Amino acid sequence: MQIYLPIAEVSVNAFLLLGLGGIVGILSGMFGVGGGFLMTPLLFFIGIPPAVAVATEANQIVASSFSGVLAHVRRKTVDFRMGTVLLVGGLIGAALGVVVFNYLKSLGQVDLLVRLCYVVFLGIIGAMMFVESLRAIRKSRAGGPPSKRRKHNWIHKLPFKMRFRTSGLYISVIPPVLLGVAVGILAAIMGVGGGFIMVPAMIYLLGMPTKVVVGTSLFQIIFVTAFTTLLHATTNFTVDIALAVLLLIGGVIGAQVGTALGTKLKAEQLRILLAMLVLAVCIKLALALLLMPSELYPLGPVGGH
Amino acid sequence: MLRALLCFLILALPARAEEVVLGLSQDEVAITATFDGSQILVFGAVKRDRPIPPGPPLQDIVAVSGPSEPVLVRRKERRFGIWVNTDSVLVDSAPSFYKVATTAPFDEVMTDVQDLQYRVSINRAIQSVGATFSTTTVKDFSDAVIRIRETNGLYRVVENAVKLDQQTLFRTAIDMPANVTEGDYSIRIFLTREGQVVSLYETQIDVKKVGLERWLYNLSREMPLIYGLMSLAIAIAAGWGAAAAFRVVRLR
Repeated sequence: MQIYLPIAEVSVNAFLLLGLGGIVGILSGMFGVGGGFLMTPLLFFIGIPPAVAVATEANQIVASSFSGVLAHVRRKTVDFRMGTVLLVGGLIGAALGVVVFNYLKSLGQVDLLVRLCYVVFLGIIGAMMFVESLRAIRKSRAGGPPSKRRKHNWIHKLPFKMRFRTSGLYISVIPPVLLGVAVGILAAIMGVGGGFIMVPAMIYLLGMPTKVVVGTSLFQIIFVTAFTTLLHATTNFTVDIALAVLLLIGGVIGAQVGTALGTKLKAEQLRILLAMLVLAVCIKLALALLLMPSELYPLGPVGGH
Repeated sequence: MLRALLCFLILALPARAEEVVLGLSQDEVAITATFDGSQILVFGAVKRDRPIPPGPPLQDIVAVSGPSEPVLVRRKERRFGIWVNTDSVLVDSAPSFYKVATTAPFDEVMTDVQDLQYRVSINRAIQSVGATFSTTTVKDFSDAVIRIRETNGLYRVVENAVKLDQQTLFRTAIDMPANVTEGDYSIRIFLTREGQVVSLYETQIDVKKVGLERWLYNLSREMPLIYGLMSLAIAIAAGWGAAAAFRVVRLR
């Protein structure tokens, strides 16, 4: 069934969009990532104009994250305190990110920088997670005690300590706020919720338990993407509500399925799957930069990027 | 001076001996939520006040053109091992949609000189006057516009697609793909003899969104904040609805 999208001005298959939304929703619920880093390139691929894809994707992430976070709230795996601290940093970062983005745009080449950002970050995070979870799985197979992460490092010596009961942490608020700012900047530049950076950073930098990380990341993503949606809707007029509805119907159902699946898998398995996914997207994007493109003369609207 | 102008006018429009009487299958193309492309039937007759002149037969060209707008074309080149955008050319005016149907091969129905004057073929319909590169380079860029839009089904020249019976009745069908944009589309019908234009008829057809599509589009432009909040409300409601529904399913 073909549907004509009023803002994107293209006609696409409704079932294709429902399916894409569903798959990305499952990932969102399972891993606590918004799925934007996966969905946005997929939308480009089926012919949605990039500006519309980025803006509408933000709106869809609000829905799937909200659906996912409710399931986590019921299971008490959301650290609201940590989420709020991260969010404060995230909003500051998003505002800074817009400034950085506009500066890069004035230099030209913003497209390339966004792509390079993706390749570098996805590559580093994916490789780190893959190696770490592989080691953890091997250790648990060998029957030895599970490796304990280093709980006391320089992070624990900073001032302004706060107790995060759900995460079982008593640490300074400085690292989470800085993390929020950094992810916010990247999220604004790369046009995603930032979950795929936030989740590993919470595990490896803040030392939060994996089970709490997913819900807390989703909680934080809701607000950052809602902010982004409003920004896009009021400045660029690129949020396509019809596209968003189709994507989010699949997305919210997928998120519920994903959350259920996530509880059945072991933390190490969950992490190695996410690592493989991140690496796959990274390789795909790197190839696009390295191989000769099929069309050497891309078209663009005047004034747009 | 005035006489010369009059002479020119008379020469330019030879006596208006043959004129087009046109019919269209529809006055407007309505883009609804389930819009999946459209087909416009262009038909009509040639009105004459004298018998059909002897000699080569009358030919017919139907050209449908979407609204024109500037397009920025970039070029990718390999730098330091990766493909990056290097230079760009602004194509000043390129129609968003352009289809031409003719009764015979294009070079038989219209001469180059006439094409240059009326801008009928695809190459002539695209203009890039403000470009600062050498002409051959500019041609690469405008060729890219044509190539990409031909692939997307937006540009096409269909030869032998107009049926002209008894040099009087003509008809053709113009296909519009699902990815057309809104605007006033112009329809031009040329009657030619030996490649020279004998008569030109121009009309317009409105391609516009209707119903829900129109309402959403207007809302997003006129009240963007309300539109954005509405999008968020739908997202939150859908997220909550799915969570509630799945809870019921799980409790059973």
